[in-house]
Amino acid sequence: MRRYLARKLIIYVVTFWVAATTDWLLPRLVPGNPISLLLSKLSLQPTTYNATYNLYMKAFGFNRPWWKQYLSFWDALVHGNLGVSIYEFPKPVTSVIADSVLFTLGLLIPAILLAYFAGNKVGAMAARRKSLDNTVLPVSYILTGTPYPWLALLLAFLFAAGGIGHFFPISGGFSYGLVPGLNWTFVWSLATHWVLPFLTLFLVAFGGWAIGMRNLIIYELESDYSHYLEALGAPPKLVRKYAYKNARLPQITGLALQLGVLVGGAVLTEVTFSYPGLGFLVLKAIGNDDYFLLQGIFMFIIIGVLASNFIIDIVYVLVDPRTRVGIAGA
Amino acid sequence: MTVVGHDREVATSPSGVDAPAPVASSGKGPTKRRRFEFLYFAVRNPKLIIGLSLVLLFVLIAFIGPLFVKHPYTTFYLPFRPPSAQYWFGTNYFGNDVFAEFVYGLRESLFVGLLAGCGATVIGMTLGFVAGYKGGLVDEGLNVLTNVLLTLPTLVLLILVAGFLQHTSALTEALLIACTTWTWSMRAIRAQTFSLVSRDFVGLARLSGEKSRSIILREIAPNMSSYLFLVFILLFGSSILTAAGLDFLGLGPPNGMSLGIMMEQATDWSALQLHLWWWFIPPGVAITSVVGGLYLANVGLDEVFNPKLRAL
Repeated sequence: MRRYLARKLIIYVVTFWVAATTDWLLPRLVPGNPISLLLSKLSLQPTTYNATYNLYMKAFGFNRPWWKQYLSFWDALVHGNLGVSIYEFPKPVTSVIADSVLFTLGLLIPAILLAYFAGNKVGAMAARRKSLDNTVLPVSYILTGTPYPWLALLLAFLFAAGGIGHFFPISGGFSYGLVPGLNWTFVWSLATHWVLPFLTLFLVAFGGWAIGMRNLIIYELESDYSHYLEALGAPPKLVRKYAYKNARLPQITGLALQLGVLVGGAVLTEVTFSYPGLGFLVLKAIGNDDYFLLQGIFMFIIIGVLASNFIIDIVYVLVDPRTRVGIAGA
Repeated sequence: MTVVGHDREVATSPSGVDAPAPVASSGKGPTKRRRFEFLYFAVRNPKLIIGLSLVLLFVLIAFIGPLFVKHPYTTFYLPFRPPSAQYWFGTNYFGNDVFAEFVYGLRESLFVGLLAGCGATVIGMTLGFVAGYKGGLVDEGLNVLTNVLLTLPTLVLLILVAGFLQHTSALTEALLIACTTWTWSMRAIRAQTFSLVSRDFVGLARLSGEKSRSIILREIAPNMSSYLFLVFILLFGSSILTAAGLDFLGLGPPNGMSLGIMMEQATDWSALQLHLWWWFIPPGVAITSVVGGLYLANVGLDEVFNPKLRAL
């Protein structure tokens, strides 16, 4: 078990290093640099331009040798310093992110977990049961092929803009007039704004899990141990139970692999609903050429994804006894 | 429970690798019969038929659609018009013909998806074959690379890169998507290659002095051709979705039209509040049908290729 987790940890450390280096390298690889891109929008006089350019280059340390920049980047990163946001100058990037991260987590965690459990249950029930399969499967395929922003638009049109009714607010994280605080009006407003973005993320992910589980159960039911159990006269319910236990393992691995996709889906969904989470912040960062904020959000998402991956690895160890005794490697 | 076509030899893993090698390399007779057998099951598989017809329908629209476009999508007419005989999909906020936008957007989206899907399949195949065939240090190195890319959230990475690149063309967009989405396919192909490398016919090819490249291309690849095709279908579908996501965020090609750009414009110009449903419904229906159809065809093909799954 230790070897398994150690291997995983090494991968995560390498991933973090690659991600951080990419994050650092990208603005330096593009023609020009963030500073010249930024200043080109300001249409300054040549002399003013040069003076401002030099000032900014110095302020952000772009004029130092590259290895010094790289080292100081790591130094800042280790100390949790992601730079200063341009868009909300002079607020540090970390505090801009902190303002919106709770919205994203509040959306993502319930959506991921509920979709995972519900999808697996429904998919397992549908496998090799013709009538249920014929309804669950097509619906799941439609859901999993749906682009996040479109499902978001569709739900917003039907349930918020008056396609069917005005049950939910169309955009935002809470009503404009409200001041965040622990009172019923605010919590209620928060909850109603949460429903549609959550539903979007939940539905698309649900389809994928249901299909995956259905197919896995069929594979398991056709494997030798299932046939052996059947031959011994075991009731179908018991055979399915064992099939489910085995099919669960690839699904847990799948959850780790899907995290990136789900985070991407959250970005798109938040943008569609103007939901004030990290995804919406990404769009604002792009729109305002706030590269430091963009880099910061990227770093933050990477850390989140790596941490969740590690949690899933531990869950895998708990669920699969083979990893504990070292039969199956990483 | 009845088990139809239960063939223990075929399925070395739950994935649909073709029948073992001797069949493929021992004369024409069995191969031919196998083809007909596939065809027999293919035309009787509702998933494959439905999925394939959905995809083909939209491919057809992309091909012959321009013949029916009467109003170029860059010209402005009366805005806010609902669908009519004159404007099949109505006009949008600016007065562009939505049908024209849809046809040309569909072409662009399918083109980018196809290109990215092909690119990703080629990368995944090459790395998967090399890692699975060579093994050892090469395998370890490629594995680490894949695992690292697999852990990174693709869309977020793409957003970062596209955000810095500023100007993307359809070609660079496809290339970026191909370079980030191949990861899982490499692992899958590597595993399949592993299981084939230990077979006798590969050893025989080695003994007869064939070069590694020709062993991979002539002995290993043909024996998992159906699997490679399935991989391509999945990558094609996911590339369409990824491209739509990038376009929706305004990170696609700045000039031109795509289904993602249509959804972006509809969102930005309050199609929801103005109830211009004909503006944002068609692009989503097209993407959902094509991607869902591809996924459905994938499972259908899997059942055709893998006798174990045909039951029921």
